[in-house]
Amino acid sequence: MRLAFGTRPSIRRRLTLQLLTSAAILAVVLFLIVSSFARQIGAESQDRILSASVASILDAVSVASGEVTVDIPYSAFTMLDNANDDRVFYRILQDGAVLTGYDDLPETTPGFATLPYRNETLRVVTATRRLSVDGAPIEIAVTVGQTRDAQAETLQRISRMAVYLGLGFFAASAVLAVLAGQVTAGSLRRLAGSVSRRGPQDLRPVEAEMPSEMQPLVRSLNSLIARLSTALNRTEDFIAEAAHRVRTPLATVRAHAENTLRRVDKEENRHSLREMIRAIDESSRAAGQLLDHAMVALRADHLELEPVDLNALTGELVDRLRPVAELKDMDIRFDEGQTGAIMGDAILIQNAVRNLLDNAIKYAPSETQIKVSTDIDGAVVRLTIRDEGIGFPQADATPLTGRFARGENASGVVGSGLGLTIADEVARAHGGHLEMHNNCGGPGACVTLSFPLR
Amino acid sequence: MRFLLVEDNTQLAAAVLDRLAQDGHVVDHAADLETAADYIATTDYDLILLDIMLPDGDGRDFLNAQRARGATTPVIVLTARSEVSDRVGALDMGADDYISKPFDFAELEARCRAVLRRRSGTATNRIRFGNAAFDALAGTLTVDGRAISLRNRELRLLEVFFGAPGQIIPKPKLVDRLFSYDEDVSENAIEVYVGRLRRHLEGSEVSIVTVRGLGYRLEVP
Amino acid sequence: MRHLILSLALSLWALPLAAFETEELVQFPAENETVELRVISTADTELFAPFITAFQAQNPGISISYYVVSSSEIMVALAEEGAPFDLAISSAMDLQVKLSNDGLAQPFSSDQTQALPPWARWHDQVFAFTQEPATIVLSRAAFEGLPLPRTRQELIALLRDNPDRFAGRIGTYDVRSSGLGYLFATQDGRTSETFWRLAEVMGGLQTQLYCCSSDMIEDVAAGRIAVAYNVLGSYAQAREDLHDAIYIIAPEDFTTVMLRTVLIPDSAEYPVEAGRFIDHLIQSSWLGADGAFAYPGITPDGLSGNASLRPITLGPGLLVYLDRLKRRQFLREWEAAMVQPE
Repeated sequence: MRLAFGTRPSIRRRLTLQLLTSAAILAVVLFLIVSSFARQIGAESQDRILSASVASILDAVSVASGEVTVDIPYSAFTMLDNANDDRVFYRILQDGAVLTGYDDLPETTPGFATLPYRNETLRVVTATRRLSVDGAPIEIAVTVGQTRDAQAETLQRISRMAVYLGLGFFAASAVLAVLAGQVTAGSLRRLAGSVSRRGPQDLRPVEAEMPSEMQPLVRSLNSLIARLSTALNRTEDFIAEAAHRVRTPLATVRAHAENTLRRVDKEENRHSLREMIRAIDESSRAAGQLLDHAMVALRADHLELEPVDLNALTGELVDRLRPVAELKDMDIRFDEGQTGAIMGDAILIQNAVRNLLDNAIKYAPSETQIKVSTDIDGAVVRLTIRDEGIGFPQADATPLTGRFARGENASGVVGSGLGLTIADEVARAHGGHLEMHNNCGGPGACVTLSFPLR
Repeated sequence: MRFLLVEDNTQLAAAVLDRLAQDGHVVDHAADLETAADYIATTDYDLILLDIMLPDGDGRDFLNAQRARGATTPVIVLTARSEVSDRVGALDMGADDYISKPFDFAELEARCRAVLRRRSGTATNRIRFGNAAFDALAGTLTVDGRAISLRNRELRLLEVFFGAPGQIIPKPKLVDRLFSYDEDVSENAIEVYVGRLRRHLEGSEVSIVTVRGLGYRLEVP
Repeated sequence: MRHLILSLALSLWALPLAAFETEELVQFPAENETVELRVISTADTELFAPFITAFQAQNPGISISYYVVSSSEIMVALAEEGAPFDLAISSAMDLQVKLSNDGLAQPFSSDQTQALPPWARWHDQVFAFTQEPATIVLSRAAFEGLPLPRTRQELIALLRDNPDRFAGRIGTYDVRSSGLGYLFATQDGRTSETFWRLAEVMGGLQTQLYCCSSDMIEDVAAGRIAVAYNVLGSYAQAREDLHDAIYIIAPEDFTTVMLRTVLIPDSAEYPVEAGRFIDHLIQSSWLGADGAFAYPGITPDGLSGNASLRPITLGPGLLVYLDRLKRRQFLREWEAAMVQPE
């Protein structure tokens, strides 16, 4: 099998070829074995009959009044008769001198021999017997030979059968080889299919029916999946646990600080308490966003897409954040536009939108309005958040999406700088993007989150 | 108002209890779900503040079970976990709202007010002085039968004055009540809102007077 | 027709370069001759001529030279002298088999030969086309008042009981000179010990020895002898003119059946035409039911009807009695029995 350099033959083709090759070799071996076996059996049976013939002639050798006579039994030759009418030759020697028979037969030694005679191949058997004539020992040698037409024909018949047998064996093996190739390749295809068909969140073990040879592969794959699943779960658990561990004490301290602030009158103490609360807020927000960011990164890595109703999601968030905005006498208006269905992870998109709304509430001044709107622009669904605040420090606000980047003009407002990063990453993970502008149809910042339409 | 706080962290619980009591609410505290279930079985609460991670279970499962039993008491979930994964779940389980730890008491109050306003409908929580009546829950002020709509900060400011009539309330305290701690505002910012309130209260029998150097005081008949 | 052809018979001395002994040479010329088939045969011309003329009628342009010889002379002609003949037809099956076995015959195969039963062909070289029983021919005159013997045993008893009537009036083949006689005798001897008892009895009654079946038939018919043993039944049947004087008995204990065979010698010049002649022989014998041919042909089930018929098997067994020592021993015993001092 010659292969083009660098190509990898398919398992099915390789397996099929290997099986076919071995089947062919086996078929040839089978043919050779049967043929040689048949030849051997044929030769043996002819030898046996020839031996019997010779023996019966030797038996008929007798000495009468000092003279050797041989009364060849009729059966000595009739037993050699066969369907192919093989020709029979014989010779009887007395001490090397021809007593009777074909005196031109080649010389033979006791035993079996195959020799040419009268343009034929002769199988001959020679046996000897010692006799005593008038007290003198003599040796009688009887040779009986027969042509091998019958044996040749039998051999030919068996060879033909062996050829059919070999061909049949090869044909059957070929069918089996092709089947085996398909079954094997099929198993691999099934495994590949069952792995590739599953969604990114699907970390169940592979349970497709596999031949035992492939069980180690499936086991390793399942073990890998299990470890991955455990690691992911552990990461999620860790993030949740870390958030809990950090936030609860912060909440306690902050609540006490706030309560204390109510009771304290001395201005310098009040100032300290306020600073403390601000610090708590800053660190808790930083921790929260860090953990959020980690979770977003985790989920974005194996994004699971499902239809998301951006309007419903945004409307719910706006309602949720309205009480917070109202604390600053701010109003959030949501202009629900026509949006098509987008594919995405609802939790991630919600997180992104919430961070943007948080920012707007945080950085825009009191008693202003935040306008949220959705619309379709070509193949893109857009969510735009406009505020009436100070806007971004420069026309192109893209650097703000870097981690911990904060606008130069944002001092005095608690923030970690991760909000835009999270929103940007979520947008990218969904094949969309985040745009930030100043003054798009009014004063203040304008943030647009866009997702591809399904 | 009668609140139930389900929170296993006793220090945090103490602070919240302290604050809610200051604002005139009656609050029971349960440190675990079993105790909470006992309280709910015996008392009608206006609102339940429910932590998620509790020693004897997940607050969301508890909430789910309560809702399955037909209990309609509004619930605000307190969550310390990742914002990403918990929020949707809590709302799906039947919570009315949720707030992340650590929280600003102002936000907690706002959320409580919003939930109560949404859920209790006709229930009122009025304070009346003369011809001026104030419903903190609905956020309305009625002066001589005339209903005046208040903005959020006005409402909260008025709530402070109506909550302590005749007392001098120093400006810094009012700043703390109206503004978040991350805003750098001067005490003079309060004067804007006091001015607005005075305009709303014109024609009423109550008035906000300035006590020079000390703060303000609500004069009631 | 036959007489016309017979008139063309040439006498012995006219034959060139023939060292073997030819009894008769008959030419069957054809118009526009293209091929001359030389046939060496033991069959009497008179009996065999119908085959030849029928063949020539179907195959114009083939003239045939028909040499009548004794069976042993065929051996001399083909084996020793290598005389060129296209066909050898003989009643001596053993010699025909030996010719084939020794490589002096050509193989031939056709639809006709393949249709022959396996026992009627050997080595695709020797083909039987007739089956002719060895019969006992009796003189009607001599057996007046005597029961006809149906078996050898009955014949033995008859001969013993009537030595005066049969002494000197028994005939059989001289197996020393007649190939067919030797074949019949050896097969008889092989088949049953009765043969040797009969030989003893016959020897004791000064049996006359003959060269040929036809002579024996004529002598029986003429009353010169009373019993002829191992006479070719086909010859006797053919002599319808003598049937008033003879009985033809097929012994019921066993009847040896000779198969007349044909082969194409190695030396044949026209093997293709010779093959056609063989086909014709086989076919004619089958068609011979209407009596057109003297020889009852080979039929696949021709022998199954009568259990006592013992056809001589074509095969290497026939070589046994051709063995020099075997033959010497057989003849010794035969002579001891048959040629008894008076």
